[in-house]
Amino acid sequence: MSSIMTKSLKVLAGLAVVAGLVAGAPALAAGGHAKPLQKGNFSFEGPFGTFDQAELQRGYKVYREVCSSCHSMKLISFRNLGQKGGPFYDEEYKNPNDNPVVKQIASEFEVPEIDPETGDEVTRKATTSDRFPSPFRNDDAAKASNGGALPPDLSVMAKARKHGPDYIYSLLQGYDPEPVGLTVAPGQHYNVYFPGDLSASWKGDHHKVPPGGVLAMAAPLTEGRVTFDDGTPSTLKNQAKAVAAFITWTSEPHAIERKQTGIAVMLYLLIFFGITYMAYRQVWKGKH
Amino acid sequence: MSDHPSTYTPKSGIEKWLDARLPILRLAYDSFVDYPTPKNLNYWWTFGGILSLCLGIQIISGIVLAMHYVPHIDHAFDSLERIRRDVNGGWLIQFVHSNGASMFFFAVYIHMFRGLYYGSYKAPREVLWLLGCVIYFLMIATAFMGYVLPWGQMSYYGAVVITNLIGAIPLVGPSILTWLQGGFSVDQATLNRFFSLHYLLPFVIAGVVVLHVWALHVVGQNNPTGVEIKSKEDTVPFTPYATVKDAAAMILFLMLFSVFVFFMPDALGHADNYVKANPLQTPAHIVPEWYMLPFYAILRAIPDKLIGVIAMFAAIAVIFALPWLDTSKVKSMRYRPVMRWFFVLFVITCCLLGWCGGQLPEDLVFSLGTDDHGNAIGLKVVLLSQILTAYYFAFFLIIMPWIGLKEEPLPVPASISEAVLANHAKH
Repeated sequence: MSSIMTKSLKVLAGLAVVAGLVAGAPALAAGGHAKPLQKGNFSFEGPFGTFDQAELQRGYKVYREVCSSCHSMKLISFRNLGQKGGPFYDEEYKNPNDNPVVKQIASEFEVPEIDPETGDEVTRKATTSDRFPSPFRNDDAAKASNGGALPPDLSVMAKARKHGPDYIYSLLQGYDPEPVGLTVAPGQHYNVYFPGDLSASWKGDHHKVPPGGVLAMAAPLTEGRVTFDDGTPSTLKNQAKAVAAFITWTSEPHAIERKQTGIAVMLYLLIFFGITYMAYRQVWKGKH
Repeated sequence: MSDHPSTYTPKSGIEKWLDARLPILRLAYDSFVDYPTPKNLNYWWTFGGILSLCLGIQIISGIVLAMHYVPHIDHAFDSLERIRRDVNGGWLIQFVHSNGASMFFFAVYIHMFRGLYYGSYKAPREVLWLLGCVIYFLMIATAFMGYVLPWGQMSYYGAVVITNLIGAIPLVGPSILTWLQGGFSVDQATLNRFFSLHYLLPFVIAGVVVLHVWALHVVGQNNPTGVEIKSKEDTVPFTPYATVKDAAAMILFLMLFSVFVFFMPDALGHADNYVKANPLQTPAHIVPEWYMLPFYAILRAIPDKLIGVIAMFAAIAVIFALPWLDTSKVKSMRYRPVMRWFFVLFVITCCLLGWCGGQLPEDLVFSLGTDDHGNAIGLKVVLLSQILTAYYFAFFLIIMPWIGLKEEPLPVPASISEAVLANHAKH
């Protein structure tokens, strides 16, 4: 290979890295910008990270007692809670539909059904195969109850926002007091991590537009809002972290299996490459 | 090569029987075993094989996905989530397919830059190059339609932006747009036909790949010196020499592929595509996938919509014309001391155009302080895109023809084996 090609490719590689870094950095729009996200330092980060089952259980409790009064999770079934890697997975019950905890949780919910005899709309106890019931009958009902704003479904929320886990973790803790000089419309709430541009509703120095934006959701979590059964102190931070972990799990329940498969695949390919490369050296000996 | 006589000798009775009726084993033997390969090929030449692998992976994973996917605006998004959650191994197949598209483009760009650097488009390989350009164009169409299928926010708005480009054509544009979308907006009819075409086009690509390989085997492979094969000394048989080298490179490529699939499957995508398409809520920032960004930057560099669309398509069309734009007598830029610097600049231009495509046009590349009103001033992305677009076209339309005539090439080796021996002497 000519040296110029080598050199230019090195330059290219360097440029690609720089371009990647620049593109990955948060875009500095002309207007306001949100405060840099807090780092959750979650147990599931990195190629070897796994979910902390106790944290997922706490997160489910936060979702159930707080979030689920407005936010649906239409893609999740009760059985998912007991599948491998899930919050209530139990070695003894490989089939999550047999898991007593999961059965118990499902039985605490009512789901709508059509009575096959009469055609009437009735309800019945949920089973493990049912999806989580949604808090509102439809999107319009959800909007009507929330000042016109639709509370988004949370099933894949950790993937639907940039740096999802950190974003959820930060947003729930980002309800700082409204800065003096900021006009917040009724039904709106100031949050330092919510993306937006507040320059239009800011009366102060336009060099010092406060970070963040306004959203329809009021601060959902407060100190002591959810009592954790495992004795974990119910601080805002702990609640936010647990529910962020839970939503990350619901967003991709197979994430840990994916990473663990990946490690085996990488090892396999590495050995396979070593053997193939040695074969290559052997075959080409004396040819170039 | 065409003048290379077949050396296949059927051994068993069944091989002799078949050879007299359909000499398919002879074809395979002559093409992939005994085929004379220049012995000085470097690792940049392994991307042809890698690309066949990519096509195979996309077709196989795609066929399995189509067994579970529902092409309906109300169900497409959820059906993908069902594949990821409930289909056995579905998460793997889906991530292989979505990241596979990126890997395919990564490999094809290296393959194209390699062809550009070593003059692989020059006589007698013009048709080979043209067929490659056709494959690339079909890849863009296939990838674009595939990206629409998950029916996320970026899928939907990507489809809206790109199909609306057709509407820029004077007089007939709006009618063609309605015909293409199957209605007055991107909707169920659009999704259904995109699914149909997304399933069809990969097989068209496979067909053109057969022609591409056929054309390659007629004219023979180019090589880093750009000097044609002169004697048996210059070549080695394809198997085992090229096969083992291609295999090693493929495994390295699969390792890169695996890093994305298993450890960062969403890194090349966009978070907004995990939000179900909502025609009433336009995302703040509509961007295509990374491999289309340079063309998107060219489109947005030009303020007039119609001229922007023409420029974007011209940026692809000009690649087709390359064999007739290069006036140099020397193929490989290894022996073109001036041209190779323009090549390096061209590669950098393409990367920077890609970066520009991902930014907002009014954003600043760098700031030079503030004006009287306290607004930041500096180099705007749109201006940088315009400069880069100008170089992109100048490279093909001015630099290629002009430098070819003016440049004094370095001495070219008499043959491939002479170049190999000279290289040995150096070390």
